[in-house]
Amino acid sequence: MKASTVRRVGGRLASLFASLLIALSLAFLLGRLSGDPTATILGPMAPPEQREALRHELGLDLPVVVQYLDYLKGVFTGDLGQSLQFYQSNTSMIADRLPFTLQLVGAGMALALLVGIPLGVLAATREGTWWDRGASTLALLGQSVPVFWFGMMLVVLFAVKLGWLPAGQSGSPKHLILPALTMSVYPMAHIARLTRASMSDALAEPYIDSARARGISTRRVVWRHAFTNAMMPILTIVVLQTGILLSGAVAVEYVYSWPGLGQLALQAIQFRDFPLVQAIVVFGALVFVLLNLLVDVLHSIVDPRVR
Amino acid sequence: MSMSQLELDPVTAPVSPPRRAGRRARTSVFWLALPLAVTAVAVFVLPLTGLLPDGGQDLDATRRPPAFLSGGSWAHPLGTDKLGQDLLTQFVSAGRLTIVIGLVGALVAIGPGTLLGLLAGYFRGWVDRVISILIDAQLALPFILVALAIIANRGSSLPVLFLVLALTGWAVCARVTRAATMAIRERQFVVGLRAAGASEPRIVFRHILPNLAGTIVALGTLQVGTAILVESALSFLGLGVVPPMNSWGSMLASGQDELSQAWWIAFFPGLAITVLVLLVNLLGDALLTHHDPRKRRR
Repeated sequence: MKASTVRRVGGRLASLFASLLIALSLAFLLGRLSGDPTATILGPMAPPEQREALRHELGLDLPVVVQYLDYLKGVFTGDLGQSLQFYQSNTSMIADRLPFTLQLVGAGMALALLVGIPLGVLAATREGTWWDRGASTLALLGQSVPVFWFGMMLVVLFAVKLGWLPAGQSGSPKHLILPALTMSVYPMAHIARLTRASMSDALAEPYIDSARARGISTRRVVWRHAFTNAMMPILTIVVLQTGILLSGAVAVEYVYSWPGLGQLALQAIQFRDFPLVQAIVVFGALVFVLLNLLVDVLHSIVDPRVR
Repeated sequence: MSMSQLELDPVTAPVSPPRRAGRRARTSVFWLALPLAVTAVAVFVLPLTGLLPDGGQDLDATRRPPAFLSGGSWAHPLGTDKLGQDLLTQFVSAGRLTIVIGLVGALVAIGPGTLLGLLAGYFRGWVDRVISILIDAQLALPFILVALAIIANRGSSLPVLFLVLALTGWAVCARVTRAATMAIRERQFVVGLRAAGASEPRIVFRHILPNLAGTIVALGTLQVGTAILVESALSFLGLGVVPPMNSWGSMLASGQDELSQAWWIAFFPGLAITVLVLLVNLLGDALLTHHDPRKRRR
């Protein structure tokens, strides 16, 4: 490896780490802002001695700096503290709920790619036509609709009126269809818009004209020549959107009573379970930073110029 | 850029577009802004006309469907809720709050976002490094969870809602403004101003900021759409606008329990949000294209 590469990668890692550290500190602050947790656990009528004992047990009587360092140590060793309402380790509860949210995110993202990319390519190859206008407006519509409302209307249509699909809960693949469809709307729109922009840039390059002049079929020019070059921004957005979806699943999971991370977060917030809220926020931030790192790595694999 | 152009309304002030394209962009901006303006005026003026049905409870007329469905009547054009309250009346007053939240929510995000972006882009160096790391950290936090956590702590009120909207929006605005400032700062006229000994605040606020006006207005427009969507999601989860106040998002929340019996309670506010945000986004895109010479050529 060249020295410049090492320096660039090192700088990138350092700035990612700094962002992570600030995000973690903000999450810590957010936890502290919640007021005295002993009042939540013991109720407002509890005698002061009992509260004092609990504060000692939770480590809340230590100086804030010590608490903060303990918290950081915990984060980097995978210990995100204890929930106040469930008396369980937050890490294990997140691990229990994560598969459900992953199912939802995975299915939603797959659907978004399957529809979004062809839609974007369609718009870019017929730029300026009614096809383009239709596809672009449809994509913008996907970014304008409140997703949970779209989910509610799907429930009305397919569960209440037609009775084809279940309205909520999880279990069979049938239960996954409506929530996944709802999840896919926003990333689908985002991917379609980005594919259109990226493809239309790629199609304007001189090498496309030269490929066409050599008599290569339009389909091959579009997919092999233009699309492979337009892929990088799309790949980036797919990875980053996945991170956003993981934490953005709250409203969708609420509509369908889907037992994922989003539901857990809502419960934690309703019961003022600040360690659990904090743990989920931290988890979200960790995932986001790791995915950012993944994007950088993918960049250097797909695009040899970056290496 | 001449002084007379600077004094023009930032929405319509062209940097120097080819004439035809500029006019076309302006027409589309006009046709997108018109329905938005009509809606805004309507929700504020309609309640004053006395044309709206009385909003009180009527337990003999609960969950009436809208007028165009069988069983509905023109006494309640959009139907009634579970207490027999007229939904059109609610819809209009909720629309008022939704629009106000969208506008104020965009302003509170744009203000600090633009300022920080300007500083980072102009001064570079450690100022830029600190602000950039803050932007990345903000974007790394799962914003909906942060929003929920703040609201769960501080309670639901309009000031808290605006704080949340500012927190969710400033980073994107700052990033775009920073990039635009960095491009302008290298332009000849800025180099000239610096050589002529103009003070830095003067360069930043009197010369660079006006050049960014178009981009900022476009960003702000898009931010209105974001603010309305974020508000509706928070209100839907019961953490944004709460009774006795009413927004389209909180109407959706009250309609969720009634989906199987009275789907229209949730249908119309959601449709209204979708159309409003779509128009706002189209307008923002048109403005952005109008002010981005790279895109305008197409």
